[in-house]
Amino acid sequence: MFDIERWQEIFETLSKNKLRTFLTGLSVASGIFILVVLLGFSKGIENGVKSQFEQDATNLITVWTGVTTKGYKGLNPGRYIQMKNDNFEMISQKYEDNIEYKTSLYAIWGAEVAYKNETGNYRVRGAMPDHQFIENAEIESGRFVNQSDLSDNRKVAVIGRKLKQDLFKGEDPIDKNISIFGMNFKVIGVFVDPGGEREEQQAYIPLTTSQKVFNAGDNIRNMLFTVKMSDNFDEAVALSQSMANAVETELKLMHTVAPDDTSAVRVFNTLEEAKKIYSLIGMIQSVFWFVGIGTIIAGIVGVGNIMLIIVKERTKEIGIRKALGALPMSIVGMIIQEAVFVTMFAGLFGLIFGLGLLELVGPQIESDFIKYPQVDFNIALTTVFLLVIAGALAGFIPAYRAAKIKPIVALRDE
Amino acid sequence: MIQIKDLHKSYHMGSNSLHVLKGINFDVKQGELVSIMGSSGSGKSTLLNILGMLDEADQGQYILDNVPIKNLNEKIAAKYRNEFLGFIFQSFNLINYKSALDNVSMPLYYKGVKRKERTERAMHYLEKVGLAQWSHHLPSELSGGQKQRVAIARALASDPKVLLADEPTGALDTKTSYEVMELIQGINDEGKTILVVTHEHDIAQMTKRIVNLKDGLIIDDSPVEQVRASLHV
Repeated sequence: MFDIERWQEIFETLSKNKLRTFLTGLSVASGIFILVVLLGFSKGIENGVKSQFEQDATNLITVWTGVTTKGYKGLNPGRYIQMKNDNFEMISQKYEDNIEYKTSLYAIWGAEVAYKNETGNYRVRGAMPDHQFIENAEIESGRFVNQSDLSDNRKVAVIGRKLKQDLFKGEDPIDKNISIFGMNFKVIGVFVDPGGEREEQQAYIPLTTSQKVFNAGDNIRNMLFTVKMSDNFDEAVALSQSMANAVETELKLMHTVAPDDTSAVRVFNTLEEAKKIYSLIGMIQSVFWFVGIGTIIAGIVGVGNIMLIIVKERTKEIGIRKALGALPMSIVGMIIQEAVFVTMFAGLFGLIFGLGLLELVGPQIESDFIKYPQVDFNIALTTVFLLVIAGALAGFIPAYRAAKIKPIVALRDE
Repeated sequence: MIQIKDLHKSYHMGSNSLHVLKGINFDVKQGELVSIMGSSGSGKSTLLNILGMLDEADQGQYILDNVPIKNLNEKIAAKYRNEFLGFIFQSFNLINYKSALDNVSMPLYYKGVKRKERTERAMHYLEKVGLAQWSHHLPSELSGGQKQRVAIARALASDPKVLLADEPTGALDTKTSYEVMELIQGINDEGKTILVVTHEHDIAQMTKRIVNLKDGLIIDDSPVEQVRASLHV
């Protein structure tokens, strides 16, 4: 392998057969190049899609409470379990690492809301800033409830588009006062909800404000959490399931509820949205892997084909070399060493060229659906070696056979 | 130098079996220049291929320079070919992408001679065949006679015991043929053993001994009065 004479002979052969060398190299280099670019863009699209849908992809854990149906530790059934701010704080601290967005809610159904002469009954929910992201609500104008609204118990409201249409009749509602049960609230924003009109017939006010004005003390009705995105769906399911179970157990313990009481504390986790996104990403990945593997196979076949032709073309030369005293293994070695050298060199060239293109062009084509197109260097390198091995193998078989042919057969004039 | 006893060879093609050599016996001494003659199908090329270890006999004895050539594996055959034999073919069989010099140094490469020495020795043999100034030309840039002379230089390069020439003038015109024969006679004069397969009588007359083959048997083996090729050039 490290015989300098052998290398000299090989370089000589390669440089004297420039066209053949060039074509072999070109097919290998272009195969690797296409693969690198393809994998790069698939990664880019994957990143893009992930970031586009990440907010919806998180899975939602909803907690609410009801009346106990079973007696437990001397307590009678029929007790209403009331969650408090403390419960929410405790859980959000305990699962801080897994939680992405969190909110507790205190809502009043059918609150009387009025602006000037227009009146209607709407749901009014006390919520936290994160609620906007959990609901995927988009702000049409103004802003959502923020942390300082909560700390200062401000009397501000974010109203749904439908509510705005009902009460304001086309007037700009921002900074106008509406009344809820006769109390004045300043409108700070209008939101649109992908859930449609039903979801837009409500108003959000700061949680603390709602607890105060509705005399709820530190009671809360619901808690909502979203769990951070994982690498794949199965992991996400496992994570949110285990968290949901843990939260349920925790709350039952705190409120002295029988572990098998299903109606006093309820924890649900919704994976519907997450499932869709994960399957979309999975599909994109598998499509590109399919195309990528197809490209590699085409490359392997191409290299193999070229090697077959090269050996065929050199049969006579092999015969001459054998008549001059070449050992069969030196002939096989020569052909394989040549093949490995050319595929390796061309493969690395294609790799560098592809990576360079991604590096240069990548940032310019970035859009909502393509982000950070890049290639796992290890995968690319593995592919190069795969092609090299394929080239060597594809060269070995015909070379071995050619080296076995009696020189007299190889030399026979056709 | 060469001893052959009762050599048999058949070729099998499907169900047909063709008995090409039917018991050949002959000896060649050091320094002889022998021509093997016969019509096509007489088995002369087969005999030469067996002598050149390019092909194997079915039966019989072949001793080359006191070494029995029998049941050779590829490795030993390659070594013997490199050490004992030099080949000259009808169609030259030069490697077309290598220069004359590189073609000549090829046997030395397989002998394991270092590059510098290889080039020097190859150059020496090219000079010997009168092609020193053509050393860097490709075979495609040479005439038929020049190609054959490069091939002769190549056959000589590893300093073999025996030169085997299969119709060395078959692809050449008469004038060039005589020039090539003159070269071969010159090499023989220096003491090299040479076997030439030919079907041309004038070429055979330029050797020292003619072996006539017919249907796989030697029908005649007699010395001849050598005609010097230089007289015709």
